[in-house]
Amino acid sequence: MTDDISAFLYLISSVCFVLALRGLSSPDTARQGNIFGVSGMIIAIGTTLALPEVLSYEVIIAGLVIGGAIGTVIARKIEMTALPQLVAAFHSLVGLAACFVAAAAFYRPEAYGIGQFLNINTASLIEMTLGLAIGAITFTGSIIAFGKLQGIISGAPLTFKGQHFFNAILGISIFGLIILIVLDQNEAIFWSILALSFLIGILIIIPIGGADMPVVISMLNSYSGWAACGIGFTLGNSLLIITGALVGSSGAILSYIMCKGMNRSFFSVILGGFGVESDLTDVQQGSDKAIKSGSAEDAAFIMENASSVIIVPGYGMAVAQAQHALREMGDILKEKGVNVRYAIHPVAGRMPGHMNVLLAEANVPYEQVLELDEINRDFSQTDVAFVIGANDVTNPAAKTDTSSPIYGMPILDVENAQTVLFIKRSMASGYAGVDNELFFRDNTMMLFSDAKKMCDEIVQALN
Amino acid sequence: MQPEGVDPFIFGITVLVLACFVGYYVVWRVTPALHSPLMSVTNAISSVIIVGALIAAGPAEGNFAQAMGFCAIVLASINIFGGFIVTQRMLSMFKKKRRE
Repeated sequence: MTDDISAFLYLISSVCFVLALRGLSSPDTARQGNIFGVSGMIIAIGTTLALPEVLSYEVIIAGLVIGGAIGTVIARKIEMTALPQLVAAFHSLVGLAACFVAAAAFYRPEAYGIGQFLNINTASLIEMTLGLAIGAITFTGSIIAFGKLQGIISGAPLTFKGQHFFNAILGISIFGLIILIVLDQNEAIFWSILALSFLIGILIIIPIGGADMPVVISMLNSYSGWAACGIGFTLGNSLLIITGALVGSSGAILSYIMCKGMNRSFFSVILGGFGVESDLTDVQQGSDKAIKSGSAEDAAFIMENASSVIIVPGYGMAVAQAQHALREMGDILKEKGVNVRYAIHPVAGRMPGHMNVLLAEANVPYEQVLELDEINRDFSQTDVAFVIGANDVTNPAAKTDTSSPIYGMPILDVENAQTVLFIKRSMASGYAGVDNELFFRDNTMMLFSDAKKMCDEIVQALN
Repeated sequence: MQPEGVDPFIFGITVLVLACFVGYYVVWRVTPALHSPLMSVTNAISSVIIVGALIAAGPAEGNFAQAMGFCAIVLASINIFGGFIVTQRMLSMFKKKRRE
């Protein structure tokens, strides 16, 4: 196959990837989009296998079969609630694969036509080491994110004195080493870049707390794209550059949307440490105020007699795996003539769109699941807001209390509903360490229980 | 592949910048409900890096670079299969309509 034909086929593959993302603009076209994605990948791999320099098919097929089998088993077995950590784990693999490809290109540049061992042309060397560094950061960063999401590493932000200074020194050192390797190509520098990038990847993610994970995952998604891009430049392959840019910009846009959903700047998330200190005085003040708590029967009675209910799910619903019980509750209410809808805050859960997937898993029709700007105005005409596993995203302090750490965050205006039912395991404050004044309002009834257990009990009471 | 006399790097940058614009406009049109499938599908397609791995593992003689290439093929194919299958699983959930 000539270079021209393969370049043309790579172009078709790139177009398929664009169409794969384009398909996601609506749930109706999304599956078709995924087929485009798979087709694009098959064309890309097929074209590469047909290149004259690719000969050792046994090794390649062995690799594809081993990897394919592992990937298939994991993807079929995984629980939908574990999706964020799965995505983090997958990102780490892309990062590590980029490191391997960079190492292969460093030790055998002839295969890619970019020079000889220790005599690689300068531009390719810079692109390769950048790809290596970003790949390595993606790898260790995603491992830490995976650990935090899986609960292996504490979700609390870990900070130490001089952390930012130390990171800055590390970052500058990596750039210094890249300049050094251009001046003097040797293996030691190459591996030092890898080692330092591994280290900085860990240190960047470790100070970031659990609820900021939607931003972190999106950011790592973006990095994995830029790593592919760097490798694409090294190999002079447009397909890798285009795909890397698509993934990179996708991750960047998602990070932006997530940051906006929390009204925090990207840098404040990256610098980390949010939610370390919980304001003790606030919590104590809170405990003096009167709260109204109710039982499953009370909740069932209130909702049965309502004409409209808006359900606000959060990460707590995912933890308790309450989505199926919740949908059952919603179905019964609908049968009784209640208008049931779901309101999703942009940062609910641990990754972008987390709640939507869980509700879809529980067979909630997606037309009933609405975004913040679509539904926020309707709370004032709603009888019951049912908050399950969410907290900070409903806290009115974000609108009124300028001293609150969550001030300015767009929230779901559940307090405008006639009655707020709030499922919570205890009176502990939310992730941000802020007391939620909603608990003490006259129209709020607290339901102290595990989210799934409460939904099951409400279903029983409704029957 | 690139026009005569143009540095491959400039050619690459041209492709990169235009692809970023395409990515920007396409991704903003993705409905927020499908942001999770967006992440898993972008994860799967970023494994197109396997192209580089295949070239590394390609030569008939075995060496260090080939071993690196092999490892990268395994990792990338975990992602490709895993990423597309998980995306498909998620999207098939969004298919189901109202159960009456």
